[in-house]
Amino acid sequence: MAKPAQVSAESPALETHTPPKPEAANPLAGPATWVDDRVGLAKVVGNIRKVFPEHWSFLLGEIALYSFIILLLTGVFLTIWFKPSMAEVEYAGTYELMHGIPMSEAFASALAISFDVRGGLLVRQIHHWSAMLFVAAITVHMLRVFFTGAFRKPRELNWIIGVGLFSMALVEGFAGYSLPDDLLSGTGLRFVDGLIRSIPLVGTWAEFFVFGGEFPGELVIPRLYMVHILLIPGLLLGLISAHMALLVYHKHTQWPGPGRTQKNIQGYPLFPVYVAKAGGFFFIVFGITILMGALMQINPVWLFGPYNPAQVTAGSQPDWYMGFVEGAIRIIPNWESHLWGTTWSWNIFLPGVGLMGLLFTGLAVYPFIEAWITGDKSEHHLLDRPRNAPNRTAFGVAGMTAYGMFWLSGGNDILATQFHVSLNAVTYFMRVAVFVAPVLAFIITKRICLSLQRADRERVLHGSESGVIVRNPEGGYTEAHVPVSHEEAFNLTRHPQLPAQEVKGKLRGRLSRWFADGQVPKPTKAEIAGAHHPQSPALPGEEDAPALSGSQSEDQH
Amino acid sequence: MNHHAAVEEHPVTDPGIEQHPPRQSDVDPAVADRAYRRIVGMLMAVPVLVVAFLVVYFAVPRDAELIVFGANLKMQTTLLGLSAGIAVLLVGMAAIVWARSLMTDEEIVDDRHELSSPPEVREQVLADIEQGIEETGIRRRKLIGSGMAGALGLLALPAVVSLADMGPWPTADLRAQTIEKTVWAEAMQLVNDVNHLPLKADEIQVGQLINAQPKALQDLHGTAYQQAKAKAAIIVVRMDPNTIRIPESRRDWQVDGILCYSKICTHVGCPISLWEQQTHHLLCPCHQSTFDLGNSGVVVFGPAARSLPQLPIMVDKDGYLVARSDFTVPVGPSYFERDSSKDFQDGDR
Repeated sequence: MAKPAQVSAESPALETHTPPKPEAANPLAGPATWVDDRVGLAKVVGNIRKVFPEHWSFLLGEIALYSFIILLLTGVFLTIWFKPSMAEVEYAGTYELMHGIPMSEAFASALAISFDVRGGLLVRQIHHWSAMLFVAAITVHMLRVFFTGAFRKPRELNWIIGVGLFSMALVEGFAGYSLPDDLLSGTGLRFVDGLIRSIPLVGTWAEFFVFGGEFPGELVIPRLYMVHILLIPGLLLGLISAHMALLVYHKHTQWPGPGRTQKNIQGYPLFPVYVAKAGGFFFIVFGITILMGALMQINPVWLFGPYNPAQVTAGSQPDWYMGFVEGAIRIIPNWESHLWGTTWSWNIFLPGVGLMGLLFTGLAVYPFIEAWITGDKSEHHLLDRPRNAPNRTAFGVAGMTAYGMFWLSGGNDILATQFHVSLNAVTYFMRVAVFVAPVLAFIITKRICLSLQRADRERVLHGSESGVIVRNPEGGYTEAHVPVSHEEAFNLTRHPQLPAQEVKGKLRGRLSRWFADGQVPKPTKAEIAGAHHPQSPALPGEEDAPALSGSQSEDQH
Repeated sequence: MNHHAAVEEHPVTDPGIEQHPPRQSDVDPAVADRAYRRIVGMLMAVPVLVVAFLVVYFAVPRDAELIVFGANLKMQTTLLGLSAGIAVLLVGMAAIVWARSLMTDEEIVDDRHELSSPPEVREQVLADIEQGIEETGIRRRKLIGSGMAGALGLLALPAVVSLADMGPWPTADLRAQTIEKTVWAEAMQLVNDVNHLPLKADEIQVGQLINAQPKALQDLHGTAYQQAKAKAAIIVVRMDPNTIRIPESRRDWQVDGILCYSKICTHVGCPISLWEQQTHHLLCPCHQSTFDLGNSGVVVFGPAARSLPQLPIMVDKDGYLVARSDFTVPVGPSYFERDSSKDFQDGDR
């Protein structure tokens, strides 16, 4: 036995050290201390009074996030019953019209969810509606970010993550609506089969690999199921986390306004205001999608029937977000070329793989192209009003117009029947419109932006019409103008004037000058002072006119 | 820091953060109380709706119908959704009303921090990396570095190669057995694809279109059936022989103006079946490729590039339509490995 160590007589009495008891006032202190002692919670959580600026357009991304959460919740419910199998069964469920019809287990289980599981149809419809909402919210959110210039430094990486989220949302949606294996989704898969086959060099191989042999085979639904519930949701989850983490690190952009600079952020604290507002908004989005699922029928697969490769219905179309690809595939001329005994199916590859590639690549590189043109290397935390970046705005509207034209082409048969015009004429028109309409949209948008800039300038210099007619001693009549408030005058002159920066290279220089050119110069200090006509009659309240002494704002980098 | 600063003059001074006018609920306790009651009222309605949901779940039969303005709604789905949806909506609305009318309305201001690390931290990290690399000895023993990179890179190969069994390899042999072949064969009967009855040549009227399939399809099931049907589906049309062009090479592919074509579009493979009786045009409902069945199925409009493959047919001794052979070219979309430029084109004999 080991000899016990000698205890020194004068060793200090060891007192157990306990942290001082927190004041009893805060009931959270106990559990919070317990966790903080172990993981340093307070340091991790950091500033729960973090400031978020408020504007309705900042809610669009939130809708996308919330519909993703709704998709996860409702998706888990659906997986409990859905059978991703293409094995043939004879239907024997509740829906009597299909008794005895051979169909895949996938379709039979989709029918079971719709007819035999209580609440199943409701959840299926919520899932489908929130998928539509997810892609729509992402799209509109991206447009907001684009038109306000929120993609500029330091947020380029977050923009690219967003483009990744957008592209994966499309694939995820497509995989999802292919799963029930009904007539419409099978037709969509047949289309994908042709799309994959059209890839030069490796098309046939890719087709055989994806489908496990010839279309339709028996593997594609189980594989799409894996893609739909594991692979892409996992990637989406990871990218959404990164998207949010960068948002927190960068802090949100804000609209320019009195007191708002590139170096501060003004708004409400995360806790409690945004916890209540954002949390409440989640429940509102969720509530509305539930009501949509309850009241608006979507994808009634029992009306379409099981997939049959020899059947299709007129007017069959994909979900809305694939409409632009569908349209491009409809209006492409029948180009096919032959080289050394091979066939290159441009009539599918260009509008399918090509157009999607163009869209996603174009979106991803835009921030870098604009920064390269302008030579702008500074950080931007204040948003642009779209009118103050006329070329960007016009370019964005041109892009939307091209997208819209392709999208409309996806319904060329519907347009033809609804408006009683020739289908061929609609198609020929669209072939031209996808190129011409964006150019027109660019020109028109740029003109509108410049007019709005001019109107802003006018308003700063001459104020707004008061509607009060004043007769002067000579008998003449004038309408008094009310000067705009100091805040408004500041807002309307706050934006940076795009200067043509020194950039290297001839082409780049020309592009840079073009991008900065054509702006309406904002009024100078002297002009504002001079615009105060001494002869114009003063109205009550004019003494509140802004102290129009200009100064350098200190918020620039 | 940038060139802008000099140009970016602000002609109007920054008036500073706007004063928030106090809300009604800030100044009038009665208004605040009303908001309070509204919030609590919304939250109190939630339990009622939850009970309603449970009652509907257990009491309303699955097949109960609810006729609203002539629309047949499924009662269970609708009521479950209404009770759950409104309950969830009320929770959200209560939270928002709470935030908007009772929580603080004072905007606060935070400073933005520098996004980049301070230069000394950057330098320290670079120096640490440098020191770490030095300590690994990789500079002196270079093969470790390249060996490690090469080994890791090469490890991707097994991962990629193990996907090679995702599907059979479409070699020339396999293509000949799969996408270049259908179940059609000499003397195979054409049957109606709904009632599976054989087609008698005499009974087909001029102008009529029949969706048909090979008789052999009835023996197949499941995947094999779907794969076979995806290639072998056909349409049979009868046109007045005097109004159509039949090339010399296809003179005996038809029976008195009865012609048979693949139903699978040569664009992306949709089944085509919109038939214009007078023009003899057949339109694909997916992408509107249009084929002229009175002219060997050549493309007259749309994105399809190849003529619709024609199935050579004849009549058997009982007068029923049968195939002379399989299709002479693959059906469905073109693919890379085969030159389709020799397929039938308008004007070919």
